[in-house]
Amino acid sequence: MPATTSLKTLVVSSAVLSMGGLSSAMASEGHTDDIVRIGVLTDMSGIYTDLSGEAAVTAVQMAVEDFGGEVNGVPIEVIHGDHRNRADTGASRAREWYDSEGVDMINDLSNSGVALAVAAVADEQQRHAIVNSSSNIGLTNDYCSPYVTHYTYDAHSLAHGTGKSIVEDGGDTWFFLTVDFAFGIGLEEQVSEVVREAGGQVVGAARHPLNTTDFSSYALQAQASGAEIIGIASTGADAINAINALAEFGVTPNQRPAALLLWYDDIVSLGLETAQGLMLTNAFYWDANDETREFSQRFYERTGRMPNMAQAGNYSSTMHYLNAIEAAGTDDAAAVSEKMRELEINDFFASGGYIRPNGRMVHDQYLWEVKSPDESQYDYDFLRLVNTIPGEEAFQPLEESTCHLLDND
Amino acid sequence: MRPLPSTLIALGLLALLAVPFFPQLIYSVFVMETLCFVLFACAFNLLLGHTGTLSFGHAAFFGTGAYATGLLVKTYGVPTELGILIGGLGAAVLGAIVGALAIRRSGIYLAMITLALSQLVYFFFLQAPFTGAEDGLQRIPRGTFLGIVDLRSNTALYYVVLGIVGAGLWLVWRTVNSPFGHVLRAIREHEPRAISLGYPVARYKILVFALSAGLSGIAGSLKAIVFQLAALNDVHWHTSGDVILMTLLGGMGTVFGPAVGAALVSTLNHYLDPFGAWVTVITGLIFMACVLTFRQGVVGQLSQALRTRRSSTHAARSSHVTTSINKD
Amino acid sequence: MDIFGIPIQALLGQLMLGIVNGSFYAVLSLGLAIIFGVLKIVNFAHGAFFMLGAFTAFLLAQYMGANYWVTLAVAPLAVALFGMAFEFLFLRRLYGLDPIYGLLLTFSLVLVLEGGFRIAFGSSGQPFATPDLLRGTLNLGFMVLPLYRGFVIVSALLLCLATWFIIERTSLGASLRAATERAELTQAFGINVPRLITLTYGVGVGLAAFAGVLAAPIFHVNPSMGSSLVIIIFAVVVIGGLGSIMGAIVTGLGLGVVEGFTRVFYSEFSSTIVFLVMVLVLLLRPAGLFGREEG
Repeated sequence: MPATTSLKTLVVSSAVLSMGGLSSAMASEGHTDDIVRIGVLTDMSGIYTDLSGEAAVTAVQMAVEDFGGEVNGVPIEVIHGDHRNRADTGASRAREWYDSEGVDMINDLSNSGVALAVAAVADEQQRHAIVNSSSNIGLTNDYCSPYVTHYTYDAHSLAHGTGKSIVEDGGDTWFFLTVDFAFGIGLEEQVSEVVREAGGQVVGAARHPLNTTDFSSYALQAQASGAEIIGIASTGADAINAINALAEFGVTPNQRPAALLLWYDDIVSLGLETAQGLMLTNAFYWDANDETREFSQRFYERTGRMPNMAQAGNYSSTMHYLNAIEAAGTDDAAAVSEKMRELEINDFFASGGYIRPNGRMVHDQYLWEVKSPDESQYDYDFLRLVNTIPGEEAFQPLEESTCHLLDND
Repeated sequence: MRPLPSTLIALGLLALLAVPFFPQLIYSVFVMETLCFVLFACAFNLLLGHTGTLSFGHAAFFGTGAYATGLLVKTYGVPTELGILIGGLGAAVLGAIVGALAIRRSGIYLAMITLALSQLVYFFFLQAPFTGAEDGLQRIPRGTFLGIVDLRSNTALYYVVLGIVGAGLWLVWRTVNSPFGHVLRAIREHEPRAISLGYPVARYKILVFALSAGLSGIAGSLKAIVFQLAALNDVHWHTSGDVILMTLLGGMGTVFGPAVGAALVSTLNHYLDPFGAWVTVITGLIFMACVLTFRQGVVGQLSQALRTRRSSTHAARSSHVTTSINKD
Repeated sequence: MDIFGIPIQALLGQLMLGIVNGSFYAVLSLGLAIIFGVLKIVNFAHGAFFMLGAFTAFLLAQYMGANYWVTLAVAPLAVALFGMAFEFLFLRRLYGLDPIYGLLLTFSLVLVLEGGFRIAFGSSGQPFATPDLLRGTLNLGFMVLPLYRGFVIVSALLLCLATWFIIERTSLGASLRAATERAELTQAFGINVPRLITLTYGVGVGLAAFAGVLAAPIFHVNPSMGSSLVIIIFAVVVIGGLGSIMGAIVTGLGLGVVEGFTRVFYSEFSSTIVFLVMVLVLLLRPAGLFGREEG
């Protein structure tokens, strides 16, 4: 008697076990598991902590809270990890998240080496990755995937924002201070092309190693070049040091610096005194309109800082992803991918934004000028809108993309 | 240098073999990464611990292995196992060259020559078009092992990595316990005496440099296959610093201490993520505590403690014998 | 007149800037050389102390309204005290062991300091104003030099010479040199060697912090500003010859100039050139340019 009971229990329990996957899937109506898990893979401890870091995690959390904490009756969970600016660490964390922790989507991805590596894992594992804080255009070209979305900006939008506007404004001789990294050289090449197309001329370039502290030598070289515009193809501390040196050596009033990737946080760090007059292309500025102010105010209360474009992009892209799940009625990656490309994005971040088949989110970019200390009326009042660059102009034309998902030849 | 109790080794091996069966408990890719660093640290210690030579440029060999394998497998379609082998050989050749230059000096000067040469290697990889600079050499295919085993499966790859790392560690162990290893130790203890005994010390040193570099290169190659990428930080001097750190934390006076050190550092890197921005500070504090308390490294200190206890119980037993004799 | 297609005027300008940079290297490598000479450890935290100097100056100016000259005096002292406490509490326990353990401990300190400052002040850095007195420029004929850069050269060189004088020409320096060579014997003469060692570490670290304050108005004050500096500085010390005070100073200046010219002719290589020089020097002159060859 006891023997039969135990046998019966065994049979029943193994049946339950084998049904486990199926039954939970039925419970959540088409969800691969009982939870939608979003991983924020970011730089928590290195040089990009201000650009993404903990505030990026908060942005994603805010999106999840605003969405209501659950989608199609399934809870949404946010976890975070630190890629330490190492592509291998990033790739390994992404793999583990997708493989064994059931993460459905990874967001942020500062550092283009990390972004490319994670995109490769996402493509292989058929899960989503949304890149917000790095610029590598390879993500929507050779390395594109149906599961990878490049959301906020890219090298093309930077070049065609700042570069083009300045050439059109009459700045037609350029000298570049370029960080000797794939990112810097790529940006320099893109802008050079824009300049030449518009009839301008590139008179020279100096390529400096990453983390150069002293730019005085380059300031003199820039001065000697006689170029009207000094294009700064670097970011973070390098760009800041370059801008400081140009000002210190009196290059700046006569020759104009054009910082090709300057973040809102860099302006805070430079101070308006030095930064005034700089032009920069950013996809988002907290003080642009009532909607951006409303979001930014809430963000500020949570993090003590105003959001930059990547952090705003983290929020907006998470929201879009969740909307796509809701519309698809499932978190199945392929279905969600389809919905993400189908639905339009209309929020404080983008109006009429849409995702192309190669993963590029197309939305307007803005050229800003840094205000002078006198013009700045209140705290964080830093930027003045110069013009709006329509998304179609800012981003790479689809027919130029080398993405294998397109039939371009 | 007492060998670890064989039961402990057997248990460890069993645990390693079982890893892929407990994905909820531990992630096999993380163990593979750790294994690569284990091999790297033990290979590095051939120089530091066993020959008394500090190299501050071992990332050059690790990274050369990674890039060479990556390039061969990705661009030229070389089979994975051959790619790893050539990666290791390439690193060994580089090691022989660096060694030949560096051993003309000793101590801190030798360390600085290796650092300088590794910076030149870094510069080469930064500039070389195939490395993609900071973007890294991405999407290296894992391929198959010997044309049979599909390495896209983590489990298959895991056993291959375990096997290769095991073979590498065995080689390290054999080397240390061979006549060659005894000469190395003689060089460490008193180089002039080794010379006067007629050993071709320079040739021995270059040889151990090449061996250490070659195994480091294989560690790098394996990592490139596991993560399907080779990146600049593999050749960066931070990685050279990391391997010194691992070796010291584990204990440079032991054969497998560096393995424990490597596991410790990888684990810290992996499991401190929830601490967010505090991770750097916490890591620093843990290292500080380790340096101040385990001066011979974790394994060195433990084996010393074991030895002390063993000799004291031995003493107690013999005194017991004496008293019982007295009673009679 | 041109040299390799570059006007000689421009080259003179680059030479001048090289000397400015070399002044930083000189102060930093001097501190590192003193510490290595006496403690026999590579102070891996040298770059972090450089950063600490700049940040202390920033904090003094920001929260206590201290003017630049006060910060230039107070910040290095404060950092030196911190360094001495670190030596007294921790570093001291590692003497007599392989010097590599000292390197490891100071490396751990770098993680703690850089990580801590990044948490407290963010990664993107802080603005620091040039003192009013030193704004403006100096026309040298061949170039227009910002006044502040001129001040850097002058103050750095004065400090280096003063340090050199104390070590080579005073009785304090004599006992220090004695302690370096024969610690026990010096102790027997009634000189408190451990205290001397603590003091030395304080001076070395204080020099790094002084360089940090000097750098604050022209380089960007951020937590990682010193992180890649230490291996370059140590290369400078080795090229100059370990144990040679004058060697560290002269090599610092010289390498600043070499690096400056590299920025003109092969800019990509400018952060690597120092290592090429080091390999060549060590292979040709084993004890460095100014070091004494030991048997």
